[in-house]
Amino acid sequence: MNRQAQACVLLLLGGAVLRASLSDLYLRYVKEGLRPFLIAASLLLIAAAVMTLWYEMRPALRRSTPAADETHDDHDDHGHAHHEPRVAWLLILPALGLLLVAPPALGAYAANQSGTSLSTGGLPEYPPLPDGDPATITVYDYAVRAVFDKGQSIGDRRVRVTGFTVAGVDKQPILTRMRLSCCAADGLPTKVGLSGNTPSGLADDTWIEVTGRYTSRMGRDPINDFEIPYLEVESWRQVPAPRDPYE
Amino acid sequence: MVAPERTGTADPGEAPTATPPPAPAEPPRARLTDRIGSVEVLAALLILLIALREPLAGLLSAPSLATWTTVFVSVMVQAVPFLVFGVLLSAVIAVFVPRSFWARALPRHPALAVPVASAAGVVLPGCECGSVPIAGSLIRRGVTPAAALAFLLAAPAINPIVLTATAVAFPANPEMVLGRAVASLIVAMVMGWLWLRLGRTDWIRLPRRPDLDDARRAVAFWSAVRHDIVHAGGFLVIGAAAAASINVLVPERWLRVLADEPVLAVLALAVLAVLLSICSEADAFVAASLSQFSLTARLAFLVVGPMVDLKLISMQTGIFGRGFAARFAPATFVVAVVVAAVTGMVLL
Repeated sequence: MNRQAQACVLLLLGGAVLRASLSDLYLRYVKEGLRPFLIAASLLLIAAAVMTLWYEMRPALRRSTPAADETHDDHDDHGHAHHEPRVAWLLILPALGLLLVAPPALGAYAANQSGTSLSTGGLPEYPPLPDGDPATITVYDYAVRAVFDKGQSIGDRRVRVTGFTVAGVDKQPILTRMRLSCCAADGLPTKVGLSGNTPSGLADDTWIEVTGRYTSRMGRDPINDFEIPYLEVESWRQVPAPRDPYE
Repeated sequence: MVAPERTGTADPGEAPTATPPPAPAEPPRARLTDRIGSVEVLAALLILLIALREPLAGLLSAPSLATWTTVFVSVMVQAVPFLVFGVLLSAVIAVFVPRSFWARALPRHPALAVPVASAAGVVLPGCECGSVPIAGSLIRRGVTPAAALAFLLAAPAINPIVLTATAVAFPANPEMVLGRAVASLIVAMVMGWLWLRLGRTDWIRLPRRPDLDDARRAVAFWSAVRHDIVHAGGFLVIGAAAAASINVLVPERWLRVLADEPVLAVLALAVLAVLLSICSEADAFVAASLSQFSLTARLAFLVVGPMVDLKLISMQTGIFGRGFAARFAPATFVVAVVVAAVTGMVLL
């Protein structure tokens, strides 16, 4: 691949990342905190592309040899096959993945791949729930308080959590939310079983908002044998997917 | 029409798009291969892909393929800032930092330069994608390979961000942080010294880069940036695709069988670290979730991951050459597993 084409690929990649980070698209793949770095990095990619094109287009600045293409560029005389020009083509893939396909956030399929995950060990004391009735908390917060605190910091308060549904072993829906620590490659599910007024007839990956109370019922995740707490559902409703699909 | 004879006298305008022989004497406009360059191929490819967008999206909507694409894209998106800033730093090293600086900054004796370079890795926050081009630049600027390689291994494994992440992921086991720092530092130094003893310079085949010696610093700088991003990034794509495949194909329940055997557990998580290729800033959280494994096995996961993984092997092959990667990666893997196991026995 010659330098002009490399510049086009860089422009494409920079543009794709910039577009994704200016909308909410990037939240499907990485954490919100990465956004400024994504914007800065994509601007630098675009700058590298523009500078390359600038030097290529101005003959005075071009290298003295007329061959600014792959037959001479980076040609090494050690005899080891150095595929610099060819590997550059692969960079089109992530750019097009973002621009054309824009794959969805991790859902039920990924949740079934790994066991429910809570950080090992609980805190000595849990802070009180946020104000309001019901108190809006994350699925992870509920699961941690239910498993490690045995629901003491929840008491008989009503809580409201939002997640998507995954069919459990007994076909009952399990409320799930993926948690990222860095990017979707390390996404891990938090699973909460539903009892009481359980939703039924929902396809996997349906986003629901559930209001309910703590129950001491516990299940086990068949994948890693970890505890899955339950939530006694009072009411539930289907909701659109949240802006940030992860917690 | 008869099949055209491929002789040297064929009309240049009809020459098939075979590999163009270096013929600088010819006027460049006359050859078809010059008019259909990479830019035109790229444009045609893009138009084709945009036209095929609908069937392509339909193909990728199956849950497993969609998850693959999500993981692939997210590994790339996550890596872009680290790659770009790593490449910028490596271009600064390659173009603006004079060779004499490294001679003064590092101890003259290579055996002493190794620990200094490992310690320098501790200060620099970054992930493995950025440190490969930096190490390449260091070698290019005359830093002894042993020290550059120690830096390459230490920088992603033990920097403040990674150690903080480990402490957050293992709130009940602060000794994991110490274990990780100690084991990773030892592995980096052992590999550096091992290179001094056994390594041969001709295993490292850094491509010749005349453009870096361009008298105009700005031209050389942007040339280095473009080259390294395209180059390291291309190999990163291969690594990301491999990691996404493993992520989708290997369900966690397979690992449960291995967790009960102490020796197998260490090996299994070490191999898993290589295959998953998770960013070193995130691997502690994944390790924490593998709660059915012993702490020593999880320490092996944390020590091996930032030093040997598919993404890194692919990038090292690209930057240092195949002969290097084929020797360096397995050796690092063995050293890392042994050191992690011993550290785990002593500390955990």
